[in-house]
Amino acid sequence: MTEPHKPTLTPSADALEQAPSAPRQGRVQEAWERLSENRLALVGLAVFVVFFVVAVAGLLLTSGTEPVLDPAQIRLQEKLRPPMSSPLAEALTPEEAPDLGIFLMGTDDLGRDVFARMLQGAWVSLTVGFVAVGISVLIGIFMGGVAGYFGDRSLRRDQVAAAILFLIGGGLLASGLTGAGWVLMGAGLFYLVLMAPWLGRRFLTKRRHPTGASGLLLGRALSMDTLIMRFVDIMLCFPSFFLILTVVALLPASIYNIMIVIGLTSWMGAARFVRAEFLSLREQDFVTAARALGVSDWRIIFRHMIPNAVAPVLVSATIGIATAILTEAGLSFLGFGVPPPHATWGNILSDGKRFIFDAPWLTFIPGTAILIVVLSFNLFGEGLRDALNPKLRER
Amino acid sequence: MVSFIGRSVVQKTVTLFFVSVLSFLIIHLAPGEPSQVDPLNPKFTPEMVERFRKAFHLDEPLHAQYLYFYRNLLSGDLASWKDNRPVLAKIWERFLNSLPLFIVGTLITWTLSFPVGIRSAIRRGGIYDRSSTFLAYLLISIPGFFFAYILIILVVTRFHVPVIGMETFGMADATLPRMLMDRVWHLLLPSILGATGGIAILSRYVRSQMLEVEGQDYVRTARAKGLPEEQVHYRHALRNALLPFVTMFGLILPGLIGGSVIIESIFSWPGMGRMAYEAILARDYPVILTVNFLSAVLVLAGTFISDLLYMVVDPRIRL
Repeated sequence: MTEPHKPTLTPSADALEQAPSAPRQGRVQEAWERLSENRLALVGLAVFVVFFVVAVAGLLLTSGTEPVLDPAQIRLQEKLRPPMSSPLAEALTPEEAPDLGIFLMGTDDLGRDVFARMLQGAWVSLTVGFVAVGISVLIGIFMGGVAGYFGDRSLRRDQVAAAILFLIGGGLLASGLTGAGWVLMGAGLFYLVLMAPWLGRRFLTKRRHPTGASGLLLGRALSMDTLIMRFVDIMLCFPSFFLILTVVALLPASIYNIMIVIGLTSWMGAARFVRAEFLSLREQDFVTAARALGVSDWRIIFRHMIPNAVAPVLVSATIGIATAILTEAGLSFLGFGVPPPHATWGNILSDGKRFIFDAPWLTFIPGTAILIVVLSFNLFGEGLRDALNPKLRER
Repeated sequence: MVSFIGRSVVQKTVTLFFVSVLSFLIIHLAPGEPSQVDPLNPKFTPEMVERFRKAFHLDEPLHAQYLYFYRNLLSGDLASWKDNRPVLAKIWERFLNSLPLFIVGTLITWTLSFPVGIRSAIRRGGIYDRSSTFLAYLLISIPGFFFAYILIILVVTRFHVPVIGMETFGMADATLPRMLMDRVWHLLLPSILGATGGIAILSRYVRSQMLEVEGQDYVRTARAKGLPEEQVHYRHALRNALLPFVTMFGLILPGLIGGSVIIESIFSWPGMGRMAYEAILARDYPVILTVNFLSAVLVLAGTFISDLLYMVVDPRIRL
């Protein structure tokens, strides 16, 4: 007695083989494998880790009222001692003596321990690099994301008009014409209140030709893509180092101003990368699928698109850190930025330049440190680019 | 073509307008005023400050100041606040000093990058390619001021020639060849320093362009029909790889102004960069804004020229 063949719910073995299966490795794992073949990039990563540890250690050892290694301790009788020299013991009081027993990297023209000062400066370089690039990446992702995702939507004419009212009003207020300024601001505000019920729902229009008489007022004026990309063009017109120098010189001396200014003037590259990625991702099936499921715009952007667009941003951020460290060093070499006596690698070198023939270590130690750190970031960034984008490596 | 020119001229004028507004706002909304630069100077009485503010329209509202500024700039009688000399004449004088640095630096960049880039593309993966790649990263990463001091130590201790400034002091009665050599030595180091970053970037770019062209079908065809390697590289590949570089003639234009602040400061070179730096320290707003404006003009003109050149050399491009 044979039973009739029944279709089963569990698929047979050969059907399993044909079924599409997920790739065996994640993308991160795959990229890591490619990265680990690149010896220079690995060296860069290792140097970066060491630099990070040194900078954190430097912050812990040299800050506070009773630092372990005092970067500001002046010993005039010990000035310009070469590296690895032991102190002239009889001339120093016990609290002036270097904690390591010797001056590992020598002393500067005030007898301050260069090793302690280098440790203190490492933290400045690290934070400037990371915070400045963090700011620029955030702005870049936001600008590029809006331009790429909402690029085909437009501001309506009435919105542009309201914005112009606000801008001119604000400008007049700032320049002292309070009467006219308040009138314009008031007109803008009145319009805003009038339109408030519609603002949230349809802020950006996609419609090409609104019908009726309202078309004149509610028509498309300026697409978001045009608006943001023209702004990028404007920002790219400024000579960057000169702009940073001007702003830093006008603002009060502080490390935070430098970070913010570098961040605000270097986001254009990231914005362009993110926009380009978003333009191509927007047309892909998984985004269409997400949209068909009714996923909201912001969730699509944050959960589906940004993770896929992050690779070029990561690469440009790594190289951006190198550039930011170089910029900060250049600024403190010119005497801007962190106010003395706080040490940075740039100002150790700048102080030491008067003694380049008598005390070359004051030039070479900070210079080499900057060189090695920046080089490692550049090498790691390039390695990352190859690893994340294997097609490029064919070239 | 004509519509492209018209469109981009309009677009670039609008961009330039916004750049001028933005730079004006950045300068004027920053804390501090030029009339407060030296409050401890006993000669700086309140009446002086008041007269100063009046003379430079600082007591007017901001938009009026903006109009005054750009009217004066365009009519050419904008004066520096520091020494009351016309800004354009001042910039022109410094520009002539920076020009030799720019020319020599550009020549060094372009004559070195192409051979290095082409060679490392042809010998891809070899010792030469890898070491020139590493060297390029090294040159990008080295801080300009550190490299400057290395070179100064090297030249001064090995060749015993002075290098700071534009010429050695007291060379007026020297013979002509001596004077020329002196000028060349003084010119050499800042030019090399100005060229380092350019060499590194440009040679990498030449290499990647060359590699891309070498992978094209017509290069394989040329090789397949038995042409000698030399001819494949230089007649088939190189000519096409050179195409994008024609446009770079436009993009080096912004380098004309600006100059390097750091390098000119180290070498006490009285060029544009140093003038801009001094203007920043003295809060000489007309000079700062004019330098900024001119460099924006050069950036826009440079991209315009490079677009045009691209259209001329590559008929496939239709903008």
